[in-house]
Amino acid sequence: MRVLAAMSGGVDSAVAAARAVEAGHDVVGVHLALSRMPGTLRTGSRGCCTIEDSRDAWRACDILGIPYYVWDFSERFKEDVVDDFVAEYAAGRTPNPCMRCNERIKFAALLEKALALGFDAVCTGHYAKVVQDPDGNPELHRAADWAKDQSYVLGVLTHEQLKHSLFPLAETPSKAEVRAEAERRGLSVANKPDSHDICFIPDGDTRGWLEKRIEMSEGDILDVDGERIGSHSGANAFTVGQRRGLKLGTPAADGKPRFVLEIRPKQNEVVVGPEHLLAIDEMRGIKVSWAGLPIPEAGTGEEFDCMAQVRAHGDPVAARARVDTSDGAPHLVVRLVEPMRGVAPGQTVVLYQGTRVLGQATIDSARSALRPDLAAVDG
Amino acid sequence: MPVYVDHAATTPISAPALAALTLELSRSGNPSSLHGSGRRARRSVEDSRETVAAAAGAHASEVIFTSGGTEADNLAIKGLFWARRSADARRTRILCSAIEHHAVQDTVEWLGRHEGAEVVWLPVDSAGVVSLDALRAALAEAPERTALVTVMWANNEVGTVQPVEAVVAEAARYGIPVHSDAVQAFCSLPVSFAASGLATMAVSAHKIGGPVGVGALLVRRDVVLTPVQHGGGQERDIRSGTLDGAGIAAFAAAADDAVTHLAAEAQRLAALRDRLIDGIGREVPDAVLRGVGHPARPGARLPGNAHFTFPGCEGDSLLFLLDLVGIESSTGSACTAGVPRPSHVLLAMGLAEDEARGAQRFSLGHTSTDGDVDAVVAAIGEAYKRARKAGMAGHASTIQTAGTGFSS
Repeated sequence: MRVLAAMSGGVDSAVAAARAVEAGHDVVGVHLALSRMPGTLRTGSRGCCTIEDSRDAWRACDILGIPYYVWDFSERFKEDVVDDFVAEYAAGRTPNPCMRCNERIKFAALLEKALALGFDAVCTGHYAKVVQDPDGNPELHRAADWAKDQSYVLGVLTHEQLKHSLFPLAETPSKAEVRAEAERRGLSVANKPDSHDICFIPDGDTRGWLEKRIEMSEGDILDVDGERIGSHSGANAFTVGQRRGLKLGTPAADGKPRFVLEIRPKQNEVVVGPEHLLAIDEMRGIKVSWAGLPIPEAGTGEEFDCMAQVRAHGDPVAARARVDTSDGAPHLVVRLVEPMRGVAPGQTVVLYQGTRVLGQATIDSARSALRPDLAAVDG
Repeated sequence: MPVYVDHAATTPISAPALAALTLELSRSGNPSSLHGSGRRARRSVEDSRETVAAAAGAHASEVIFTSGGTEADNLAIKGLFWARRSADARRTRILCSAIEHHAVQDTVEWLGRHEGAEVVWLPVDSAGVVSLDALRAALAEAPERTALVTVMWANNEVGTVQPVEAVVAEAARYGIPVHSDAVQAFCSLPVSFAASGLATMAVSAHKIGGPVGVGALLVRRDVVLTPVQHGGGQERDIRSGTLDGAGIAAFAAAADDAVTHLAAEAQRLAALRDRLIDGIGREVPDAVLRGVGHPARPGARLPGNAHFTFPGCEGDSLLFLLDLVGIESSTGSACTAGVPRPSHVLLAMGLAEDEARGAQRFSLGHTSTDGDVDAVVAAIGEAYKRARKAGMAGHASTIQTAGTGFSS
């Protein structure tokens, strides 16, 4: 196969490319330039798309003896990921830009260009597994190492995208193993720190970054009874489940910490309350997609057993889900067997059966048995 | 063997240059030393200086060896600017063509940012020829405040030869010195420093069959330059640093060889180039030749240069696809961390950004053959078709996903 290895400059994608070469594929390394300011240098373990990353990716390709190119996707990245991130927050939702990047950049813009230029697949250093069913259709599964598993952020990939995806780190028992392998192969990135946070917010200060891009104004912080108990400098920078940064002078009556329960962007209000009120019993998702062929229940609307996960490294919880097409576009309705905490509109719910990823949806609204009023409000 | 059509980036070392390089490397001696070894090394450097001077139509004392074209451009522009401003503090204007190599452009911009230089960019026409009217107007506007004029001899991307003598004549009316980056022109076209009337002129060894890491600035004897690099006082105190005897000897051997064969080689390359231009035009009728029109009047376009823009595709996609089949070409413009940007030269010629991004430069040199031209012509059609399919960077992907209304 002719394989395009997406090289971030990190250790995972370097080892993934090495394995693709070893598997006998004809591999070309490509570094994606995503930042609008090429030429920034890395500080600490944050940030990506720096000169240093580009050079690290280049050196890895040198050592593997494969060609190396830099492709500019900065314009796409800005529109599809960065602008989307800002728009979602402005609408009071909590987006996952990494998923968006996988969905629209790595496995869409990049994949499309790769296919047009004659490649068969895009290879990345994600920890996830693509297996073929007996008819040769791709299924997405969790990686062997559940601690590193990244199937969640790939849950948005469709049948078409998975057909051309290669994840050589699927069976790796641990990240330590990958580092050791990089060392053995003479890849200088073996000890490079992992990247964290959001690559386009290099200092990690998401709130500060958003404040420069979203018009924020002072508003009220309310308790669950609608009483004003404080003020904030802009509702849009908050996330459901957030505890820090509320700056409430007086403690709650019960003395327990208060959490953001809800963001009302239209009213510019933030609702806070005790942790147990974060518990969610049901969520509705829009923009539904299936990771590979849809399961039969997708077409019938029947409820099916699954595990639901709403964060990259969150614990999956047992759920019953069904597709609801009663009002036009398909919605996913997920009833949680055990309530789940910290579910925010804009997040992605990924459904699993065993290790297999079934598909995903963007959470549009959540319902809580303890807060019947919540159902009326969504992002 | 790859088909190498990127001689404007660097050209393989010529046999005489390689012989001179290895011979001189095997000897020792610092040309500045006074003992026997030093005298031997000095003799080699001075022989080389005379050879390079003869090749460039200059006097030996006008040759200042440098580490290459970039250093020569830096030394000329900063050196002239500082010297002229020292003599008269009002002289802070620099008139500079809009299509200069980054070695000139970035130096001029740096002087603008850090030394208070006022930069006047001289426009070019659609063929990439600098506007003499604009130059005249800019000179007349404030001659007493103008430190220097800089216009390259031939453009490295589109190969357009500039009216250097006319530029010098205009500036001479006000006694303003002119620098020219002749890195691409030297040994490709007849170049005479003395006849040009230039104050300074930059040349480089590795573009003419010499090694990388050596070049020269030609400096007219009456021109005062403020040094950029200080130290042992070599090269008339204009450029300190131990002389690279082996590189200089190889540079001279390459220049001598190239100038000896210049007329015949220019004719051979121009014929190959024209065949390449015809072939690409046949295979890809949409491709647009940039620079001066085809067929070019002799001396109007560099003999080895063929530069095209391919509508609807990215230059780096084309480069990639040609590289895959063993053809080594270039998009012609500089990169930052490997990210291609639309060429400032093409933008200055009036192209839109999307047009400029489809650029591909093919440059021929002393190892080029009919077979190379045939190989490029045979590969370009398929490469163009595929690159067009891949489209322009920045366009929205047509792959349907959850966020674009994908549904099972």
